Amino acid sequence: MARVVVEVMLKPEILDPQGKAVHGALPRLGFDGVTDVRQGKRFELELDGDATPERLEQVRALAETVLSNPVIEDFSVRLDGEPQR
Amino acid sequence: MRVGVVIFPGSLDDVDATRAVRIAGGEAVPLWHGDSDLRGVDAVVLPGGFSYGDYLRCGAIARFAPVMTEVVERACGGMPVLGICNGFQVLCEAHLLPGALIRNDHRRFVCRDQRLRIESASTAWTSAYEPGQEIVVPLKNGEGGYVADERTLDRLEADGLVLARYLGWNPNGSARDIAGIANPAGNVVGLMPHPEHAVEPLCGPGTDGLGFFTSVLTLPAELSAWG
Repeated sequence: MARVVVEVMLKPEILDPQGKAVHGALPRLGFDGVTDVRQGKRFELELDGDATPERLEQVRALAETVLSNPVIEDFSVRLDGEPQR
Repeated sequence: MRVGVVIFPGSLDDVDATRAVRIAGGEAVPLWHGDSDLRGVDAVVLPGGFSYGDYLRCGAIARFAPVMTEVVERACGGMPVLGICNGFQVLCEAHLLPGALIRNDHRRFVCRDQRLRIESASTAWTSAYEPGQEIVVPLKNGEGGYVADERTLDRLEADGLVLARYLGWNPNGSARDIAGIANPAGNVVGLMPHPEHAVEPLCGPGTDGLGFFTSVLTLPAELSAWG
């Protein structure tokens, strides 16, 4: 069993109204000093068996075709427990 | 002419789209998302709504519905396809149209009668209009902001593929006030506002939307005889 984490974020140049709404609420809650908030998605994929390079490549293809829309989003793929690159 | 209207789980405006097809004089054919048979239709409407609950991204899961395999294949072969609102999002996710639709820049759902200018009358769905004609149809969306990179936007403009633009107020932050676009062949059209809600004087702001549905009926027989 292996867990693969896919993180999807809007590209920096794409407006993120959700992040802006969260950011706008922070001062009202007494949190100061946060200059920006961007909101993304995290997917945890449980694999049946080991995360071989081939299977990670499959996950990458999945992330590119389904989990993200490359027109507006970037994604990263990593094994759970691995430091984020 | 037989015009299919696809029903996804969460589609809202399939009934109005069906009515619009009938009022225009076409034969409306309901198409179920789980079927891969297009039942011999000559054109397809992807209606508005919240297919698959807008989970993941608007239109992202609908794009992989069994019916879409056939819709994409036939659209590439020239069959007219009109995606309205959520249908526009599905067409972008399916890469039949460039760009994407993101949350409105002002963060609120918008519902209003919207003035538009028809920029191109040389598509399967807008031939009933004059270029430059101003129309009013309802608009209702939470994620209607059209985005694409500058190069794509420039290409859309240069090739005359911007189909309609918002007039007065840009209701969702769409790049260059774009309300709808077409593919280069002109058979695939995506539109954020809702012409199907403006086909009868009794309901809605008028009948300005009817032209989308009469346009496709006037296509030459060799195009409509597809399949």
